[in-house]
Amino acid sequence: MTKTHRKSDQPKNKPLRTPMDLSYAKVPQGQVYVIPERCKECRFCVEFCPQGMLTLSTEINAKGYHYPQIREGREKDCIHCGFCNLVCPEFAIYTHEIAAVDTPIQEGSHEHAVTE
Amino acid sequence: MTTTGPTAAIVAKKHPVDDLLRADRLPHILCPGCGIGTTMHCYLEALVESGVHVDKHVCVSGIGCSGRTAGYVKVDSYHSTHGRALPFALGIAVYRPELTVTVISGDGDLSSIGGNHLIHAARRNVNMTVICINNFNYGMTGGQAGPTTPMTAKSGTTPYGVADKPFNLPHLVNAVGANFVARWSVLHARQLKDSILRGMRKPGFAFIEVLSPCPTGFGRPNDVGEGIEEMLKYHRRCKWDDKARLEDVDIDMLRPDSPVIVGNFVDRDRPAFCPATGAPPASPTGATEESTKERAAMKDAH
Ligand SMILES: Cc1ncc(C[n+]2csc(CCOP(=O)(O)OP(=O)(O)O)c2C)c(N)n1
Ligand code: SF4
Ligand code: SF4
Ligand code: SF4
Ligand SMILES: [Mg+2]
Repeated sequence: MTKTHRKSDQPKNKPLRTPMDLSYAKVPQGQVYVIPERCKECRFCVEFCPQGMLTLSTEINAKGYHYPQIREGREKDCIHCGFCNLVCPEFAIYTHEIAAVDTPIQEGSHEHAVTE
Repeated sequence: MTTTGPTAAIVAKKHPVDDLLRADRLPHILCPGCGIGTTMHCYLEALVESGVHVDKHVCVSGIGCSGRTAGYVKVDSYHSTHGRALPFALGIAVYRPELTVTVISGDGDLSSIGGNHLIHAARRNVNMTVICINNFNYGMTGGQAGPTTPMTAKSGTTPYGVADKPFNLPHLVNAVGANFVARWSVLHARQLKDSILRGMRKPGFAFIEVLSPCPTGFGRPNDVGEGIEEMLKYHRRCKWDDKARLEDVDIDMLRPDSPVIVGNFVDRDRPAFCPATGAPPASPTGATEESTKERAAMKDAH
């Protein structure tokens, strides 16, 4: 089977146009929560996070599955889009909004973003 | 910017939708990479967004892995017999029209053993939302072929490959007049959730086909691979076209690069099934004065 790990951990595509509200839009910032014991390592969250900021842990849970964690140095990148939460078949990951950040919108999103 | 920024993932014990789940039964029995859990999640999010009190929601399932849904959601739910989710739900929808009835079941349950019920529930335009989890096989019983399995697919019952053309379910239910018809894959979790919500709010029959990976029964014997690989196929091949001609929306997961058309295909307003009075009863219990009298008379007769 083909390996499906992403080639890069950086957001990839450029937006088609510059959003008109770029100067004043706020981007929500999220905190990621994981329930390791529920995870079955399907990788849906890792693969389809539009920020490409998740990866699998090196540790395993009681059933032997690797669960998601945040890539090193990417703690601030979660935009609380909620896609990892909704797509997870195991109810094992979710996010909470902790702040809205002034920094300009991140250029574009990751190649698998089908969330909008 | 706040002073306390986000940190590495925090380990939690409880999920925000746990209150709507029989959380003591989690992790559920479904295989890694199975899409049924995602569908269940989308249903619960739609339920929350519906604004209808959870006590006014009912979830009905048949038998199968998809049918396990009724056992995990913490709403009034019925795990009926194989193929009979629809007649069971019809009884509830007609007798208690104030309830929001949702059927969540498998492609085999709803279109094979329950296929006739599907046609007639759609034809009568019964007020319910049907979420048909299509994983292209009978997952629970070990991967047999059914009426949605693509041609040439290998399965427990078709070692030489399926020889007959599968159902095009949106075309089928549209042909008999369902009020709302949509198809998504579980990768389209947001769109799926929105369609379920539209279905709940729509009077009459709403049918939502959900394409869902079954790595155990369908993926492995057919070189589709693990759940994530089927998801990547959906990502590559799904085309959103609300205006697609429904006779053309056949799916063939095994023919590389044949498109998979998804979307909200049909939204019409035929009157919903209402056998008692021809119009939805007004009383909050759903019983009209006449029907109450009739039932009392029937009781007396017994
Ligand atoms: C009357 C009857 N016939 C056959 C069965 C065996 N059986 C259980 S589940 C199932 C098929 C389920 O397929 P599907 O509805 O597609 O659900 P999935 O497991 O794929 O989600 C069958 C044939 C049964 N339980 N009852
Ligand atoms: S909420 Fe969105 S951005 Fe944040 S981790 Fe989940 S998928 Fe990624
Ligand atoms: S989607 Fe859920 S089950 Fe799958 S890897 Fe992520 S947390 Fe684990
Ligand atoms: S057999 Fe298929 S449908 Fe059943 S739980 Fe496993 S992956 Fe899901
Ligand atoms: Mg099935």
